[in-house]
Amino acid sequence: MSRPPLRDRYDLAVIGAGPAGMAAAIKAAELGLDTVVLDEQATPGGQIYRAIGETPLRDPAVLGEAYWRGAALLETFHGTAADYVSEASVWSVSRDGEIGVSVGGAVHMLRAKRVIVATGALERPFPIQGWTLPGVMTAGAAQILLKSAAMVGSGRVVLAGTGPLLWLIAAQYLRAGGAFAAILETTPWRNLGRALPFLPGFLRSTYLREGLDLIAEVRRRAPLVRSVIALRAGGTDRLRDVTYRTGGGLEVTIRADTLLLHQGVVPNVNLALAIGCRHVWNETQLCFVPLLDAWGQSSVETVAIAGDGGGISGAVAAERRGNLVALDAAHRLGRIDASERDRQAAPHVEALRETQLGRGFLDRLFRPLRRFRLPRGQTLVCRCEEVTARQVRDAAALERIGPNQLKAYLRCGMGPCQGRLCGLTVTEMLADAQGVSPDEIGYYRLRPPVKPITVGDLAGLPRTETDVAAVERS
Amino acid sequence: MFRRLPDASVAAVAIAVDGLPVSARAGDTVAAALLAAGFSAFRTTGVSGASRGPYCMMGVCFECLVTIDGVASRQACMVPVRDGMRIETQRGRRAITT
Repeated sequence: MSRPPLRDRYDLAVIGAGPAGMAAAIKAAELGLDTVVLDEQATPGGQIYRAIGETPLRDPAVLGEAYWRGAALLETFHGTAADYVSEASVWSVSRDGEIGVSVGGAVHMLRAKRVIVATGALERPFPIQGWTLPGVMTAGAAQILLKSAAMVGSGRVVLAGTGPLLWLIAAQYLRAGGAFAAILETTPWRNLGRALPFLPGFLRSTYLREGLDLIAEVRRRAPLVRSVIALRAGGTDRLRDVTYRTGGGLEVTIRADTLLLHQGVVPNVNLALAIGCRHVWNETQLCFVPLLDAWGQSSVETVAIAGDGGGISGAVAAERRGNLVALDAAHRLGRIDASERDRQAAPHVEALRETQLGRGFLDRLFRPLRRFRLPRGQTLVCRCEEVTARQVRDAAALERIGPNQLKAYLRCGMGPCQGRLCGLTVTEMLADAQGVSPDEIGYYRLRPPVKPITVGDLAGLPRTETDVAAVERS
Repeated sequence: MFRRLPDASVAAVAIAVDGLPVSARAGDTVAAALLAAGFSAFRTTGVSGASRGPYCMMGVCFECLVTIDGVASRQACMVPVRDGMRIETQRGRRAITT
């Protein structure tokens, strides 16, 4: 990759430098497309391969093999002809490929013939009482601190929730020298029944061995409480304790300095939604996913989506999907014909199928409990505007309102995170109150800028004569 | 509460937090540096005045907003530390400046 100044025009802009974005850029550049990668982080890798090129952790065994798979991809990415811009925050993409991006406080507009959105995943909201207290953070946040700064929680650390990533993070923490006061697992036992029909695929996948090893490793070294059905964080100005209850059991309160929450990851769809890509509700993964064809092509002509932003399927799949979108981009821009695209795609399609073998089982086994997705009472739904579950339920009982009316009623979803931490909760709560599907409720209407920019930055953009003529009085 | 693992040895970077000197490490984000220095609350909210600190560490939750070199409401988890950086924790709603 090279890091020249940002130009005005490219064949292809890739947004995000995780496994999907890096793979897409490498393939596109190899096929002769003039490509730029715009990534919000300081270094490539995305969240899964965060700090892969410079982690201060000395012992590679801490993060494990799955993490170090990213090293080969990073090395190829270093060698690609694609331009790479770090700390680049994309706040707007128009349907015809005009991109607004802030880099180090300076605003640029550029144009690409095609855009690949590779914005990855974020952790599903985990709205419990006290989840806004300092000292409560996501398990992913703790993993980022471990990977990028070689830091672990000190004092009493409690890890709570469900999902494959929960076990991975627990194992990495323990290997690094961290410790847990308790791991509170919220996976409901009855999920197993729904997952069982998908067991054959899981048995053939690599997830089985990796998963069992991780769980065994963690159970040996940390106190584990299973089937937790209620959870809250206590404290005034910061976390002091965690209270939990298991099915049929009494409430238990334990002192805690850090509470790490996790109940799976969901596609980070803010940018794709703001572009206008059509999304649909996925009832298995309990999230909105963009409507894509086999090449990752979205409902917007110029835009394709690769990686977990297009539906959760993991890092290895993301890399394959990155290759596929790049091949299709080269085809659509006339660099290769359809048969060449298909020929080069074949091994990726095959490998992609293999990565999905265990997915159906995992999605069902780790489906988060309803009560941890649909909060009640004084629990905050919208962290930014401090809107409680009761307020959302009261508003939902008044009339058949959607997420956008809720903004007007309660300011819910109107804070700086732009609904990233409450959008799914609000959709599910409204769907529940009205007895309809989340698809019918829909999601917040999102508009650019999807990342905050200052008025001064906007005013500083170069103006064309047409721009000036449009607002000047003669 | 966070601690640095003993096997990490990276160059030190000098920053100031609320006027006090803090030693960070090259490659830290501002949020990581503050957590390592013992800060758990980075700001109080504009709505109720409640304390908040980093939640996601990846730029999506906007809880870790601080003032960096005079610019308010920057995402601490997205900005790498640089030598001489001046950081202030925030109290409530930010003032409108011209």
